[in-house]
Amino acid sequence: MVKENATLDIERNLGNFAYPETHTHDAGVGLSEKTIHYISDVKEDPDWVREFRLKALRTFLSKPLPTHWASKDLEAIVFDNIRYYLSGGTQPKRSWEDVPDDVKRTFERLGIPEQERKFLAGVEAQFDSEAVYSNIKKAVGEQGVIFVGSADGLKHHPEIFRKWFGKVIPTGDNKFSALNSAVFSGGSFIYVPPGVKVKHPLQAYFRINAENFGQFERTLIIVDEGAELTYMEGCTAPKFNTATLHSAVVELVAMKGAKLQYITVQNWSNNVFNLVTKRGLAHEEAEVKWIDCNIGSRLTMKYPGVVMKGRKARGEVLSIALAGDGQHQDTGAKMVHAADETTSNIISKSISIGTGRATYRGLVHIPKHLKNCKNNTECDALLINATSRTDTYPAITVRGTGNSVQHEASVSQVSAEQIFYMQQRGLTEAQAMSLSVNGFVNDLVRQFPMEYSVELKRLIELEMEGSVG
Amino acid sequence: MDQLVIQDLHVSIAGQEIIRGLSLAVPTGEVHAIMGPNGSGKSTLAKVLAGHPDYVVTSGSVLMDGENVLEFEPDERARRGLFMAFQYPSEIPGVTIANFLRAAVQARLPEGEELEATDYYAQLYKKMDLLGMDRSFTSRSVNEGFSGGEKKRNEILQMAMLDPKYAVLDETDSGLDIDALRVVAHGVNSLRGPNLGVLLITHYQRLLNYIVPDHVHVMVRGRIELSGGKDLALQLEEKGYDWVRDDVSEPALA
Repeated sequence: MVKENATLDIERNLGNFAYPETHTHDAGVGLSEKTIHYISDVKEDPDWVREFRLKALRTFLSKPLPTHWASKDLEAIVFDNIRYYLSGGTQPKRSWEDVPDDVKRTFERLGIPEQERKFLAGVEAQFDSEAVYSNIKKAVGEQGVIFVGSADGLKHHPEIFRKWFGKVIPTGDNKFSALNSAVFSGGSFIYVPPGVKVKHPLQAYFRINAENFGQFERTLIIVDEGAELTYMEGCTAPKFNTATLHSAVVELVAMKGAKLQYITVQNWSNNVFNLVTKRGLAHEEAEVKWIDCNIGSRLTMKYPGVVMKGRKARGEVLSIALAGDGQHQDTGAKMVHAADETTSNIISKSISIGTGRATYRGLVHIPKHLKNCKNNTECDALLINATSRTDTYPAITVRGTGNSVQHEASVSQVSAEQIFYMQQRGLTEAQAMSLSVNGFVNDLVRQFPMEYSVELKRLIELEMEGSVG
Repeated sequence: MDQLVIQDLHVSIAGQEIIRGLSLAVPTGEVHAIMGPNGSGKSTLAKVLAGHPDYVVTSGSVLMDGENVLEFEPDERARRGLFMAFQYPSEIPGVTIANFLRAAVQARLPEGEELEATDYYAQLYKKMDLLGMDRSFTSRSVNEGFSGGEKKRNEILQMAMLDPKYAVLDETDSGLDIDALRVVAHGVNSLRGPNLGVLLITHYQRLLNYIVPDHVHVMVRGRIELSGGKDLALQLEEKGYDWVRDDVSEPALA
């Protein structure tokens, strides 16, 4: 254990800044039927969407906060003070020169491409994806892949969109999925036709705009029979100008023999409640894999899940959570086995720093009538300071014979001796700490796409830097 | 002359004095052995030189080429050329020896200068060949699941790569069988030269058959009680430490 007084004070506000903005569309504060009508009017929703939203609002209002099992901190959310929809409007003139130097440095350190830096810094409202990724977009388009915003998806591709929208995660799944269903805007809609293997990962960057960094984005991805897709969202740059409540819903559908991998790396500022519902549906011999990195936020609650509905379907969740001082990462995975010979794998690693707290909640469900199902769960926690905290709540229901479950959990600490050893080789205390943390997550990070693993490594270095007493 | 000079050093841990007025000088180009019975403060001396935070230096100084290293953090001392081979090296799970050493070498470069990967690996492989090590060794996580011998070889490899001016080897022979001892001694001997001063801390004379010291010091109850040439080690082997203890007329310590 590191010296007790050496609390790692992570500068969460590093790189966070905001400009005053005016919007042409502003639903105002608070949530009522009027708010929903305002959103539907502005977005020119089809009637079925308006009805869907209104129904969701009633569900949201009728559901209590899940504080009987979740953090009481949720009670600090003042729903009446939140703006549920903002869009459009005049973008105030600003230039790269106006961006504070420390933000520029952070972007540089993270190795974020020039083009993306400008968008992230709010210099460009529309990320110029055409220039950078036009070749990939063109190739994907020629293969018949639909890749648009969710609003375009529901308007222009209703035959696919409506079939799956809200089916993987029903409105009433939880209070926050209901909230998202009522006020969603932004997010992606992707359809990959049968047999199409999308070679390059698709990124939210491709069609990024102000709404993408919105609070209530809604993403629906359908990968048809035998098709393959990797999707990446978020970025490791600190978020500027973030709202205090982020509540997204992401639904994935992998048809027979399809493979779908969804990667998230997010770095929230420390005032954000990040309450996200993510679930995938895997049909026969299909594979859904979530790779999820949660850094920052005040409270994150996120348990990506896979419902293995067809025989031999596979589900996987690989997750890394970094809870800094005063932060709570409440994350985990849900694996619902609903067919024979389905297999699932969960590997979760968490790091708690200072007074940070990491909670793992895992649900594995294998009912009695199924045969030859397998689950493997590993969750490892690393505590940096004496004040750091970790909890594990596994919920494993396995019935019947011929099903197998394996669960391993470990808690380890960065020891003062280990840090001293590394310092004796010439590394500063912060460098030693960051190397140690990188080592802890290394076997998971190796499975990430190259650019993400590099960014994540740099991010950990950045977090540890100047954070040691 | 460049040398590591310890002057009238007093060290305590948890209020108890372990080192009580120790003085010693190790010039570059020489190997000095410190021998002594268990509990004489040998390992404490090594840790204090390296800057371990648990120990409090109550008085005295440690000068490296004239500069008081006690003012520096452990990493600063290391970057200035002080190396310590640990008696019990720590494990660093998930970090390969190659990456660890790379970070350590990088830490010695001026700010803004990036280590060239190809140069680094060329250097690493050269040192490994010198020490007769298998290339696959450095892709293992630092000390994780290593045998005693592998841990010590890893220490010597790091010493070879970091090219220190002064090296403190703390009980490098402990837990080694005779073959491993030979390998480690071969490593140290091949690094010996006019630009390296070595402080070899050991309980047994055995190691000194393989690494022949220029000077031998006997440490008892926190200070050097007897110094001599390499033959002193043989005398100790024959007569035991009690001989030195009895020889010491120090009523305050009785």
